[in-house]
Amino acid sequence: MGHFEKKSAKTKEDIPMAAMPDIIFMLLIFFMVTTVLREVTLQVKVDYTQAQNIEKIEQKRLVSYIYVGPQKLSGTKLGATKIQIDDSIIEDVAAVRNIMYDKLKEQPKLIVSLRVHDEAEFGIVTDIQEELREAGALRINYSTKQEQS
Amino acid sequence: MFGSDKEREDPEIGGAGMADIAFLLLIFFLLVTTIDVDTGIGLQLPPKSDQDPPPIKTRNMMKILVNSQGQVLMGTGETEATPVTQVKQNLKDFVTNRGQDPNLSVSPDKAIVSIKTDRKTPYNVYIDMLDEVMGAYQELRNQESQSQFGVPYEQLKEGSERKKAVDNAYPKKISIAEPNK
Repeated sequence: MGHFEKKSAKTKEDIPMAAMPDIIFMLLIFFMVTTVLREVTLQVKVDYTQAQNIEKIEQKRLVSYIYVGPQKLSGTKLGATKIQIDDSIIEDVAAVRNIMYDKLKEQPKLIVSLRVHDEAEFGIVTDIQEELREAGALRINYSTKQEQS
Repeated sequence: MFGSDKEREDPEIGGAGMADIAFLLLIFFLLVTTIDVDTGIGLQLPPKSDQDPPPIKTRNMMKILVNSQGQVLMGTGETEATPVTQVKQNLKDFVTNRGQDPNLSVSPDKAIVSIKTDRKTPYNVYIDMLDEVMGAYQELRNQESQSQFGVPYEQLKEGSERKKAVDNAYPKKISIAEPNK
């Protein structure tokens, strides 16, 4: 009798691992490209106040920051209280209105986050708030850190 | 001479470690890139209007004044000096009065908090005070949420009917008064 040998399948059962580094590199490059760190070099000193009943702002793209605090001068000296928006010191409070109005046009749901040095006087914040009202940017946020109780 | 009859090793770099190097880098990036979430106290500024605000009964308006010495004064009629730690309780009494005390609010719906500051008010005192105000509303809403739905206020979904119901029970009406010039 003719005896036929059954051919067994000769496919390999293991997945080739050669492409693994490429996959990882892809992920790595993806992360490197997508993480945008908008670092603002602070020209004013801001020590955050602490509060207990605070909320998180999840939508980062809606937020624009206004920094208020004593200006950092050469060395460790501190100058007068100044306002900083994005990367420049604003000398005149009235300029806040136009800057924020433009930002509001771009982003109608704008949230203005005030990062104020905890020993600042409130008068300057009042002025900023008045300008924001003029500009129509009404959603504000006083940036504070969580109090450890 | 020397034993040069050894087999030469082929000068290739093994690619096996490549994956590990990439993994290390990936983990490093995953750990290092922290996207810091901004936290703080949210407020809605009153819109600019030329009209005078409608008259409000004194009993429905809790005036809080933080003066230049960092003292907190509060009250519906005459303001009196209050320790910051007392603000929350006072405000809760004021909001949940429901018409009992003739000097306090008629209903939570009508209760308005008016915050007034001075030009020289220290910022941190202002924030402490605002924190207390927010805390009062937070606690009231939490109570309401617990009694109505049996879940804490934090667990109510943003924009859900339940959250709206709780928010409407204790609406946050905080107005920023014009500062003293």
